Amino acid sequence: MSLLEETNAAGGTPVVTPAPGPAGPDVIRSAKPLSRGRLIWRRLTQTSRFWVGAIAIAVILLWAVLGPLLYPYNATGRDPLNMGLGPTQLHWFGTNNIGQDLYAQTLVGLQKSIVIGLIAGPLGTLIAAVVGSVAGYMGGVVDRVLVWCINLLLVLPSFILLVILSPLFKGLSWVFLTIFIAGFSWMIMAQVVRSQTKSLRDRDFVKAARYMGVPMPTILGRHIIPNIASLLIIDATLGVVASILAETGLSYFGFGIRAPDVSLGTLLAEGTSAAVTRPWLFVFPAGVLILTLFAVSLIGDALRDAVDPTSGVNRD
Amino acid sequence: MAFYIFRRFVNYFILSAIATCLAYVVASLALDPASKYYGRNPQPSKQTITNILNGLGVNPDVPVLERLWNWIVNLVVHGSLGNTVGGTSVVDQIVSRSGVSLRLLLIGSVIGAIVGVTLGVWGAVRQYKFSDQVVTYGSYLVFATPTFVIGVLLMIGATALNGAAGMQLINFTGEYSAGLSGSWWDLTADRAVHLLLPTVALVLIGAAGYSRYQRSVMLDVLSADYIRTARAKGRSRNAALVRHGVRVALIPMSTFFAYSFGTLVSGSIMLEIVFSFHGMGEFTLNAITQSDINAVAGSTLFLAVLVLFSSTLSEVLYAALDPRVRN
Repeated sequence: MSLLEETNAAGGTPVVTPAPGPAGPDVIRSAKPLSRGRLIWRRLTQTSRFWVGAIAIAVILLWAVLGPLLYPYNATGRDPLNMGLGPTQLHWFGTNNIGQDLYAQTLVGLQKSIVIGLIAGPLGTLIAAVVGSVAGYMGGVVDRVLVWCINLLLVLPSFILLVILSPLFKGLSWVFLTIFIAGFSWMIMAQVVRSQTKSLRDRDFVKAARYMGVPMPTILGRHIIPNIASLLIIDATLGVVASILAETGLSYFGFGIRAPDVSLGTLLAEGTSAAVTRPWLFVFPAGVLILTLFAVSLIGDALRDAVDPTSGVNRD
Repeated sequence: MAFYIFRRFVNYFILSAIATCLAYVVASLALDPASKYYGRNPQPSKQTITNILNGLGVNPDVPVLERLWNWIVNLVVHGSLGNTVGGTSVVDQIVSRSGVSLRLLLIGSVIGAIVGVTLGVWGAVRQYKFSDQVVTYGSYLVFATPTFVIGVLLMIGATALNGAAGMQLINFTGEYSAGLSGSWWDLTADRAVHLLLPTVALVLIGAAGYSRYQRSVMLDVLSADYIRTARAKGRSRNAALVRHGVRVALIPMSTFFAYSFGTLVSGSIMLEIVFSFHGMGEFTLNAITQSDINAVAGSTLFLAVLVLFSSTLSEVLYAALDPRVRN
């Protein structure tokens, strides 16, 4: 789609003035030029993937919040008459071998996983933005040291680093787990932010601000970060997926969320041993998890296409 | 070119060495090896515990840098990584377990890369066609699924298949069938069948990531002028695509291989445990739960060496593909 068409469509009622003379080209003027934000929003709302993802996520969020209120069983109570049963009208997702209701447990786990994802994803992006822009803007020794630290953190897989560090947050609440997950998920994005900042710092508006004596944090916050905001939004969205994956992975192997807290990871860990004989214990939490992450990554991908028309589907 | 690769190798070597040392320090600070003995009943005397910890070189009363120094000296002079809490040598454990892990990792990542690159090129050439959409959404689905869930779902599927066939078509627990005897061929076939499901899972993870990246790079290349030039000079479509397109598109991929290696390593560690392989993954995670500092340090060293080799390999690939680097 050409820019002209888009501007045209966005401007509401474009003023089309037919040029005098039979051979003259049509002059098309739109009522108002589009701001970048509006343009991205317009592209975004035109993709069906975005709507599928957004509606799915909205439904899942509402379900996670309201679901437990509309359901007679809670996550810890036991129903001794229905132990180890498959899905029934009474227990929608079935029960485990001590009679706890899996539907209620899944919703509680879903809440916890979503909260962890929503905190850790953006937090990782924030760290990436700060480290990357400082390194790219300051250059010199600071840049070299920060890049070196990033490379050092990238040597070992973050999952292994988190597992090694897990004794540190063993007795602490899940908030610390969240912070640790964010603390090991920012490195690659920081490199992207750094290279973007390096190309921005020599632009005239940044130079002007610098020569006027604007302090560095203000320049970064006012001129650099807003210019890469779209990248950061995408990263934060996909960071939610990555954080939830990290959390479920750690919890599954016993290094993340621990009893009495419940997350989708711990539920899946409990369900695995019975995955073959009583599949509902595994399949339902896994399905809910995959659905959630799939919806978020659809939104992230639609965002990326809207921000960068040369990537993916907008390319022609 | 040799100098270029050598310089990159030295760079990665230093990074890996420092990362391993840092991991040793972090593990020493995070883990409490003494707690295990205090929990025993009857509790061993304080002197006994101190002796055990000193013997392992993990006594928390000794400054951590001194322990790190001893560990390094021990490694360099004797080629030893100390003992596990179980009393076996860490090096022996790594030697006997690494084969299992390397086999899975190597086969999985190589097939994954080939499948991913092929799918990516195919998707770029057939952009927006139905097959491209299927691959795209398929890879999003894989991204959205935790590795261990892929593993367990494959197990459920294999069980259903075995049930439908009425016989054990696919064995998936452990690395080989216990107590099986027969010719070399039987044993190898048995191992191959056991390796099937974890490899499929690893290939899925690798292919999902590689195909997305390859597709986007390939789309960039396809719109480049030199492809049109090649076609104009009379090269056939396929020759232009492969000789001029894929070759150029593989250059950024070679850097991506190194980046994605970490994902594959953690993926294969998870899969090893899901499928109860007695490999390095089990060793590493057990080491953490048993507060075994030497074993943790040993497995980090193992991983760091793997990363060192994969990064150097991707540099070699890069230099081989991009003539600008060679001079």
